[in-house]
Amino acid sequence: MVENRPVRDFLAHAVLIGGVALVAFPLWVTFVASTLTFDQIVSVPMPLWPGDQFLHNYTQVLTAGSEKGSSAPVSTMLLNSLIMALSIALGKIAISILSAFAIVYFRFPGRSFFFWSVFVTLMLPVEVRIIPTFKVAADLGILNSHVGLALPLIASATATFLFRQFFMTIPDELAEAARIDGAGPARFFIDVVLPLSKTHMAALFVILFIYGWNQYLWPLLITTSESMYTVVIGIKRMIAGGDASNEWHLIMATAMLAMLPPALVVMLMQKWFVKGLVETEK
Amino acid sequence: MEKRVVFKSAWLPYVLLLPQITITVLFFFWPAAQAVYYSFQIQDAFGITSQFVWFRNYVDLFKDSHYLSSFRVTAFFSVMVATSGILISLLLATMADSIVRGALAYKTFLIWPYAVAPAVAGVLWAFIFAPSIGIVTYFLKQLGVDWNWIINSEQAMLLVVVASVWKQISYNFLFFLAGLQSIPKSLLEAAAIDGAGPFRRFWTIVFPLLSPTTFFLLVMNIIYSFFDTFGVIDATTEGGPGDATKILVYKVYYDGVKAADLGGSSAQSVILMIIVVSLTVIQFRYIERRVQY
Repeated sequence: MVENRPVRDFLAHAVLIGGVALVAFPLWVTFVASTLTFDQIVSVPMPLWPGDQFLHNYTQVLTAGSEKGSSAPVSTMLLNSLIMALSIALGKIAISILSAFAIVYFRFPGRSFFFWSVFVTLMLPVEVRIIPTFKVAADLGILNSHVGLALPLIASATATFLFRQFFMTIPDELAEAARIDGAGPARFFIDVVLPLSKTHMAALFVILFIYGWNQYLWPLLITTSESMYTVVIGIKRMIAGGDASNEWHLIMATAMLAMLPPALVVMLMQKWFVKGLVETEK
Repeated sequence: MEKRVVFKSAWLPYVLLLPQITITVLFFFWPAAQAVYYSFQIQDAFGITSQFVWFRNYVDLFKDSHYLSSFRVTAFFSVMVATSGILISLLLATMADSIVRGALAYKTFLIWPYAVAPAVAGVLWAFIFAPSIGIVTYFLKQLGVDWNWIINSEQAMLLVVVASVWKQISYNFLFFLAGLQSIPKSLLEAAAIDGAGPFRRFWTIVFPLLSPTTFFLLVMNIIYSFFDTFGVIDATTEGGPGDATKILVYKVYYDGVKAADLGGSSAQSVILMIIVVSLTVIQFRYIERRVQY
């Protein structure tokens, strides 16, 4: 840095530690609550050090759900969330890379029309077309199904843009060389474009996996049977009663399980995550 | 920008575009068109007959004090979320940029809330602040604060703002950190040699150079607080008490799904669409200009 000032360095560390503590405080309380008994939590103030119910609470929610309310096991919900997040992430990447390839490497009537119609979807989040979209899903008979959870969300303007921007930077010489060697578009796509796009696909995957895992409004609308709940919806359904009647120890164990997979993806794939975040928002 | 080398095929590009376009038409354009269509209709309670009423739903909306209050609530909520989120993240990013050791560790521990679903974030904070058993409620009571967001409007608003900001800090932090790291160190060194202290350097060099990032984040945070915070609100206050935290998106959902008022809810959807379109246009306008900064 510019100057050497121990006091300022100390201050910076103090602020950052404060920030980290503030950000982590809810996580700590959640974790502690997930290891306590119900009675320990409702005896105000609850302890701030973990108890001994860790195994009991987590086994309970994973295998049998909550004790009083919904009896859907959280393991099923986690599986539903995983299927949904993976289908959305992989589906978006697949259909976007194909459309970007078509738009960049072909000239055909209606090219810019198609491009702009994909662009416009940016301006139509689920929230502004709730009921009609629900009706379409109902007409197609995909309510309460994995297809219904993922399919309506896999159109992606941002991913299409990102791939288009990236394809523009692939040197023309590569396509020329491929053509001289007699490679058609399919060969070129598989042998040149796909391998070159790997890092972009990884970065997009992290962002889209989190996006898919954390979906809320859409699953809330189309899942009515407990066997199709995603874990985020499951938590919401467990909070039915008032403050002191909710089974907080089980809700908090479920919340931990709901946060763990996407948080791990972010922290372990940090490099891809940052790249994906910065590039998709450009 | 165009490619010089292209492939020739009369049908292949259409096949490649087909999946994307099918989903776009089926789940985006058709429903959006339907929303516009419904917004000009009034349906009876059972949804059997409907009547075309032109702009009556819209006129009714703007006469409805609940709807107007929802606008005020949304405006207040998004300004609170955007400004406090940006200020906190800017402070943390400036500090993280100034230290030599350990920046990566701090970054790792600051970015994970991005991965938490808004609804789950809401549940965590609702638990900590729960009126009868919450741990923070307990400390507040010790300090003499009577905390109950279930019946107190201001406290309910504060709760959803805190939960929403908490989730968004990581996003703002990463963009600010990237912005700070792209500022040439030579500028800061030159200013230091000329005798400018850290605060002076921040206000005269760092802050102006960060303004594009700040503006971008402002727009993104407003979009976030308009739409993505639905989960936070549904998992905590459900718009209450009264209408105190019923933001526009929550009202669309509430009127359409819970109160089954198709026409009114669709008219609200259309108004929201207009808001998103304007925000997106602002964002893109600005990105074009950013290049010349």
